[in-house]
Amino acid sequence: MNDTSGLGDDAQLITLDVNGTSYEVITAPRRTLVDVLRHDLRLTGTHVGCEHGICGACTVLVDGLPSRACLMFAAQAEGARITTVESLADADTGELGDLQRAFSDHHGLQCGFCTPGFLMLAQGFLTERPEASKEEIREVVAANLCRCTGYQTIVEAIDACATARRAQRAAGTEETSCN
Amino acid sequence: MKPAPFRYHRARDVEGATALLAELGDDAKVIAGGQSLVAMMNFRLARPAHLVDIGGLRELDHLGVGADGELRIGALTTHHTVETASPRELGAGFDVIRDAMAWIGHLPIRTRGTVGGSMAHGDATAEWCLLAVLLDAEFVARGPRGQRRIPAREFFFGYYTTALDPDEILVEIVFPRPAPHAALTEFAERRGDFAIVSAAVDLDTDGRTVNSGRVALGGVAAMPVRVPEAEAVLAAGGSFRDCAEAAADAVDPPGDANGSAHYRKHLIRTLVERACEEAMSR
Repeated sequence: MNDTSGLGDDAQLITLDVNGTSYEVITAPRRTLVDVLRHDLRLTGTHVGCEHGICGACTVLVDGLPSRACLMFAAQAEGARITTVESLADADTGELGDLQRAFSDHHGLQCGFCTPGFLMLAQGFLTERPEASKEEIREVVAANLCRCTGYQTIVEAIDACATARRAQRAAGTEETSCN
Repeated sequence: MKPAPFRYHRARDVEGATALLAELGDDAKVIAGGQSLVAMMNFRLARPAHLVDIGGLRELDHLGVGADGELRIGALTTHHTVETASPRELGAGFDVIRDAMAWIGHLPIRTRGTVGGSMAHGDATAEWCLLAVLLDAEFVARGPRGQRRIPAREFFFGYYTTALDPDEILVEIVFPRPAPHAALTEFAERRGDFAIVSAAVDLDTDGRTVNSGRVALGGVAAMPVRVPEAEAVLAAGGSFRDCAEAAADAVDPPGDANGSAHYRKHLIRTLVERACEEAMSR
């Protein structure tokens, strides 16, 4: 009765590239990407909120672009590069990435439920628009819901990270912690 | 919620997809970016028995200006690809299309949602549907009986209903002529929400005098509509204010939880005038 796998007669084998690792998953077609990430791959950093694309808690990168993992079936993600919040910290030491540190430094989270989505939204956006102004950042974070912070500190965190990355590039530093 | 079970089919080419749709019949739905369909399936407002995924058909992901100056957009081109297209790709006179993208949902929706998907979904408030009606777009559809072109005026039938046959796939959308003095604007309670009312205009002008123009509205009927009464005001040399007033008088918008008919008419007056001014200032 409590078959949460959703596996019926039409289970299918799919291959997913998540954070650079290739996974083979047997799953039902109706399984969304976020459910496969969380339940099959046990990558529970990506959260599930509204399940209809409004809240953004499930935001991951698909081929580098922020996407709603609840609005995609896992089978549709085959052949794409999926990047989740687990990719941001150092895999060996657990040391936080620069964007995560900026969220911490600027109090860009309170309860933290929405944070993985905001981090991946910002990560994808800043990669495409490293010169983004604070106004553009404000516009982009409207994509996700945060019921705690009031957004000011999230905007400040993302802006601070973007500014630091620009300074780092200007200084010609090869070593980058920007993932 | 979670979607009801279905069978998943991945199309290798357009012909294969349409053959499959013909075979599966009414129980099948095409999925492209899925930004409307998956949400509807998660709510179980849609329960297709089969999904035919055309997302891998790269030949439908293209954007460019043809020899006659028409803009051709492949059905699988995402909103984000259009909003980040270079001036060379998009061609002169299609800025109205690029600028309209900012009104579509939010960035993570625009990176997956497709032009063809939005058109085939046929939401009465969708920006793409409004642009198609305003700019007399043509829809290139392919099915088991071959390819045909459908003008925008004959494409949208009503709420979420289009002229596409169940076994046809939209492959390309053609915008036949540049619209250098055109603009789209809308109002929603929150940025990124579905528009309560949207307005778009396309002016024929030398930058000083308006000779004629087209006016289209979304959110006031079962599909986007052109408003000949408002266009007549422009052709007669009337003011933008009078044009907007004529548009509000001409339509009979629905009233619902998002706004009464009276409120929608108020929005039409404001938005049509605003769109005219934006179009003029381009």
